[in-house]
Amino acid sequence: PPAHSHSDWIGPPDRHSNLRPVIFYVPPEESALERRLREARQEAQASNQRFWARHNRAFRQEKEEFIYSRLKAKGLEMRDESGHKATLNAEEMADFYKDFLSKNFKKHLQYNRDWYKHNFRITFLMGQVALVRALRWLRWRKKNVEQ
Amino acid sequence: MSAARRCCPPRALAGLFVWRLRSTGVPQIPCRFMRLYHVANNRLITFQYFNFLKRMYVTQCNKDLRQRAKPKSDSTVSPFHELQQLDQEKKVVHKISPVSPVHQSESETSSRNELREMKSAAETEDSVIQVGAESKEDRQWKEMKLRLDDLPGILARLSKIKLTALVVSTTSAGFAMAPVPFELTCFLLASLGTGLASCAANSVNQFFEVPFDSNMNRTKNRPLVRGQISPLLAVCFAASCGIPGIVLLTLGVNPLTGALGAFNIFLYTCCYTPLKRMSIANTWVGAVVGAIPPMMGWTAATGSLDAGALLLGGILYSWQFPHFNALSWGLREDYSRGGYCMMSVTHPGLCRRVALRHCLALIGLSMVAPVLNITTWTFPIISLPINLYISYLGFRFYRDADRSSSRKLFFCSLWHLPMLLLVMFTCKKSVLEKEDKGDLPGGSHETAMEIQLP
Repeated sequence: PPAHSHSDWIGPPDRHSNLRPVIFYVPPEESALERRLREARQEAQASNQRFWARHNRAFRQEKEEFIYSRLKAKGLEMRDESGHKATLNAEEMADFYKDFLSKNFKKHLQYNRDWYKHNFRITFLMGQVALVRALRWLRWRKKNVEQ
Repeated sequence: MSAARRCCPPRALAGLFVWRLRSTGVPQIPCRFMRLYHVANNRLITFQYFNFLKRMYVTQCNKDLRQRAKPKSDSTVSPFHELQQLDQEKKVVHKISPVSPVHQSESETSSRNELREMKSAAETEDSVIQVGAESKEDRQWKEMKLRLDDLPGILARLSKIKLTALVVSTTSAGFAMAPVPFELTCFLLASLGTGLASCAANSVNQFFEVPFDSNMNRTKNRPLVRGQISPLLAVCFAASCGIPGIVLLTLGVNPLTGALGAFNIFLYTCCYTPLKRMSIANTWVGAVVGAIPPMMGWTAATGSLDAGALLLGGILYSWQFPHFNALSWGLREDYSRGGYCMMSVTHPGLCRRVALRHCLALIGLSMVAPVLNITTWTFPIISLPINLYISYLGFRFYRDADRSSSRKLFFCSLWHLPMLLLVMFTCKKSVLEKEDKGDLPGGSHETAMEIQLP
């Protein structure tokens, strides 16, 4: 993002976590409230990034392992004659999906709780910041009108 | 396909109107005529509306089919609505699982979903078109600044406007089926209120699901995921739609409808959305969410929840299952990775059984309609073919449990519901007929007229 910009910038989805990273703009006269908001957003972003990158990586890995083991059981190689990757059909993959979901259930519950907490806190802080800014603007306008 | 569907020229409608006139044996009394005119008008409006919706479905289906022909590198996968780009890793992943083409087709089709499945239907005609353009833009860094000219589009996507339109249409179907004379203002207020409530619920749902949406193919392009709008604005928008919507329903229509609307919002945002990640019971809750709008339409017209409302709700409730279960069959990978507890992933046998069970239930419910005096006996007879067809597809899905049967069932459900509602409406038992029958043998037409006059 350009140096003169006064707003946050959001980027393309991350390769591992599929989340879009945000670069936050730090205004020179940032109030304590605004700083708390920014830090909360940064923290949430980092925590989300960690969780999903790790989770997706585990998914991909376990999926490969599953396919490998199944293909082996069937006596096939990972790649067939034409060099394409051998695949399993949807029904066979279904066992893996079911397994993966149940294995990660607790992890997801915990993550849900964290995410909801982050989300509400960030939104609440955003509301406070917006309110403060609005009041400041009204006061400034009143002063201008009086002058 | 859409050309064929753009059927029913006005002549046919006029013919229907004349037939109705004759069948109810209406003499040329002005007031009766006015009433009939209103009824026929309503039919005209609703019919055209349904026709429009059918066209919408079919257009989306067509787009979907066209999209599938595109090479994989360009195509996007979106389980429910939006299209996405495949990046390198996804390409590998998709090569491994042949399930992905299913994602593409299903995602691009909008499926009706009241507040869940119905929702799937609407979303992305624009996404389909924008695919190519978006892929380049997606890779760039964007300024997180709200542009006012983008705002309507963003809010439309935030509120899942097409799904909301479908929800409103089920509400109007409920209103139309109620055995009371048609009142335009009430109808419009009820539709508007329901639409606002649905917008609010959808926005809150998107607000809650940002990281999950970014990880699932069909929802990757939602406004909050892409940072086009801040969460605060999403919440404010939801509040500014929901509160006036519910107030409008409570004060402008009746408190019962308002209460149902508020309850539905609560059910969707606070029960269904968190439940999606906790237990498979979310499907049943979601089906209730979908069943409530027609009941709201009924209560808006009559002011009370009677058997007719429950029947309509029941029909929508049963419809949700073949629709959603068939759709979710192709999305198992995304659900598994995203951590959603869906029947298709955890209890596949149950998934198919439930879908079939509810297809059959639809037949049963259609039989009940004339018993409750909502429609004439022609309704079960005319609707039997389509109900049998969807049950047959449900049975095939149950037996084969593969991609093609699930897709067939899903596509069938898309046209089955509008057609069923349409047939129901045309078979509606006329209000006048009933009152005629209730007259004393020697009673005059004037007495009947007096009863009808407000």
